[in-house]
Amino acid sequence: MAHDKAGKTMEGDNMRAELASPIFRLNTLARHLGVSCSLSPPSPMESQFPNQAIYPSPTAGFSGGSVFANVVQAPEDPILGVTVAYNKDPSRMKVNLGVGAYRTEEGKPLVLNVVRRAEQMLVNNPSRVKEYLPITGLADFNKLSAKLIFGADSPAIQENRVVTVQCLSGTGSLRVGGEFLAKHYHERTIYIPQPTWGNHTKVFMLAGLSVKTYRYYDPTTRGLNFKGLLEDLSMAPSGAIVLLHACAHNPTGVDPTVGQWEQMRLLIRSKGLLPFFDSAYQGFASGSLDADAQSVRMFAADGGECLTAQSYAKNMGLYGERVGALSIVCKYADVAVRVESQLKLVIRPMYSNPPIHGASIVATILKDKEMYYEWTVELKAMANRIINMRQQLFDALRARGTPGDWTHIIKQIGMFTFTGLNKEQVAFMTQEYHVYLTSDGRISMAGLNSKTVPHLADAIHAAVTRIK
Amino acid sequence: MASMAAISRGLLKRRGIVRSPAAVAGLGARSMASWFGHVEPAAKDPILGVTEAFLADPSPDKVNVGVGAYRDDNGKPVVLECVREAERRIAGHLNMEYLPMGGSINMIAESLKLAYGEDSEFIKDKKIAAVQALSGTGACRLFADFQKRFLPDSQIYIPIPTWSNHHNIWRDACVPQRTFRYYHPETRGLDFASLMDDIKNAPNGSFFLLHACAHNPTGVDPSEEQWREISHQFKVKNHFPFFDMAYQGFASGDPEKDAKAIRIFLEDGHLIGCAQSYAKNMGLYGQRVGCLSILCEDELQAVAVKSQLQQIARPMYSNPPVHGALIVSTILGDPELKSLWLREVKGMADRIIGMRKALRDNLEKLGSPLSWEHVTNQIGMFCYSGMTPEQVDRLTNEFHIYMTRNGRISMAGVTTGNVGYLANAIHEVTKSA
Repeated sequence: MAHDKAGKTMEGDNMRAELASPIFRLNTLARHLGVSCSLSPPSPMESQFPNQAIYPSPTAGFSGGSVFANVVQAPEDPILGVTVAYNKDPSRMKVNLGVGAYRTEEGKPLVLNVVRRAEQMLVNNPSRVKEYLPITGLADFNKLSAKLIFGADSPAIQENRVVTVQCLSGTGSLRVGGEFLAKHYHERTIYIPQPTWGNHTKVFMLAGLSVKTYRYYDPTTRGLNFKGLLEDLSMAPSGAIVLLHACAHNPTGVDPTVGQWEQMRLLIRSKGLLPFFDSAYQGFASGSLDADAQSVRMFAADGGECLTAQSYAKNMGLYGERVGALSIVCKYADVAVRVESQLKLVIRPMYSNPPIHGASIVATILKDKEMYYEWTVELKAMANRIINMRQQLFDALRARGTPGDWTHIIKQIGMFTFTGLNKEQVAFMTQEYHVYLTSDGRISMAGLNSKTVPHLADAIHAAVTRIK
Repeated sequence: MASMAAISRGLLKRRGIVRSPAAVAGLGARSMASWFGHVEPAAKDPILGVTEAFLADPSPDKVNVGVGAYRDDNGKPVVLECVREAERRIAGHLNMEYLPMGGSINMIAESLKLAYGEDSEFIKDKKIAAVQALSGTGACRLFADFQKRFLPDSQIYIPIPTWSNHHNIWRDACVPQRTFRYYHPETRGLDFASLMDDIKNAPNGSFFLLHACAHNPTGVDPSEEQWREISHQFKVKNHFPFFDMAYQGFASGDPEKDAKAIRIFLEDGHLIGCAQSYAKNMGLYGQRVGCLSILCEDELQAVAVKSQLQQIARPMYSNPPVHGALIVSTILGDPELKSLWLREVKGMADRIIGMRKALRDNLEKLGSPLSWEHVTNQIGMFCYSGMTPEQVDRLTNEFHIYMTRNGRISMAGVTTGNVGYLANAIHEVTKSA
């Protein structure tokens, strides 16, 4: 059987029993994971370990002692914690720009019309049952998802070289893909962009991979550090896995141009690196499903291999239904078959088979021409509202004469803007203006509307002029 | 298992070590072999593979008594009325926002009442750390990962036999496994003496996986008296009891009765862990709804433990699916719907109990030389028939009857329409045993 997590073999069981000291274990784990994992604070990796139980007591004594008595409280998730803090705030004028969940102009969550229709169809269908899906999920959903991201005419699909399995949204797809790679791929290191979504590091670490970073964001230009990116990927060992945000990079909103993507592709292929795409915003970034899939399609079309994690959380508004898909493009069809069988072995001990409801909604929409079209219209409307908010915020800051160059607000794409504000400025905005955002200065544009833009502009103006 | 060195050698051999600059400079990566060419085809899951084989069989006589999914007397899957009604109420009314990492508060609250008792002091005192999980599998996996993280030197004792996926779960969580004796093949009942021996001989403070009711795959449960003795011995040894309760209500028809083992342990002061599933008892299979709970010493500890469970869920799937949780909390939170559910779950359990009797009667009428008492002694969805893998293969090849090779029959797949055929076939392959 494969290696267990963190690269230890099963023979290591005995050794582990001896080297039982928790400090030793923590140090070993830290050493294995490599010292070059450098993330801007708060580092999820750094903050994770101090909170583990330090002194386990296996025989707690039956006086009612719990074996978990020494478990300490985990820190709030930095992203979700923002909403928790926002909800606690009694102030009447408060703005939540934390979690990337879409909000309407009225500040309300949105269930797409086409989704409601699909749901009604499912409810009204008396022959529908709720049996277990296969381990790999709903077959229709898988085929349609692959077509959506790779294109209906993708040679990889036509040649049966793509294996697609339904997973729990983007997170689940990344985790299953990561665990598969840790078990079956010869390189255990994944390079993630700096910065990246806060949960990426933990997902891959717990999957059994080592995490390193490559330069991505340039704070001075608030754009892409392309030179640094190419340098860092050039230095990666052959075969290393590279995490790429397909579009609408989270948290910066900074995407490579098509020309830059092509350069990256040539470099990645020549170095034999394995691309792993995280596609959480297809259609949400530019408003066009095809345009937002271009980076993925370039790689899928060149005959090489790659992984792609897809999420329907944002682009179909299915957040809590946890709908997503992991696709692995293989060089050969017979490899794809075997890979699928091994993916099942990763999934079965995790949750057996994926949840049926959300995937059924997606499949219903994607397979119906008219519903698909309606979806693209609603999707474009969401993307346009966000683009509109970007413009409004930019204009508002310019009108106030706020010092600094704010063009990145309209240059960046997708749900998030990396404002460039520092931790102190962010804290100030939260305290004085009740504006809630993550401490890295990321704001969710989807949380803005015409009424709150002026308030945010005021807050930013005050923060920038009063706090350096 | 291939060593890292062997994998690397294999890859280099297939790819050829030197790549020409021309090949590299080309637009494509066609000169490279697959990174995954060495991946072996995985063995089919022993349980789910049965249904796949069944579906592929063209025979009109085929019978599927493999997967433990309930069927009505026409052999059709069932959506409970209470579930249909709950779905009607849910659709179109609520948004689909992310649940908190720990899942639906309402669903968790209702689940704890079911497992620990409506008036449980532990619920009142907020001593239970609980999170929504992806059905029973997900609950067990969260616990296994949590156990690994906070008690890295612990192992898990698993009964022989058990649901095959239990081994996969604790293996992938990297928790070493031990076994304890449970099933007695000669009597097709409980090997109580060996069970108690193994409990006594395990090191103090060991973790044990216990099936709360309707043991899967054997259908053999300890009696109330036996549970009390087990609980007592657990106290003496300071063992940790982890209950997998996948069939509450489904075993006897009465959820309170089916939770008896857990209640005994709670009375005796154990701080238990519990995995709950709504897959069978609410027919919510594909929705993946369940709950993991850990009873702690006090509220503070429960808060800490819950927060750490969330830290394990977040890098696995961020937050659990909302739909199934809404169905559960809608049903259990509404007295009428809950009442309907209780009637429907009893209906399912009664039908299975009826089929057990019918199968046994048929076999006895056929003049089988073997004893089939165990068919009615065992409880829940499964009957451990005692048939050998070879006999099972004959059932499949000659009679198109599909079950797992350990001889486990899913009674939920037995109907008045097929029980005669099934009894006949079983008799045929076992009469000369």
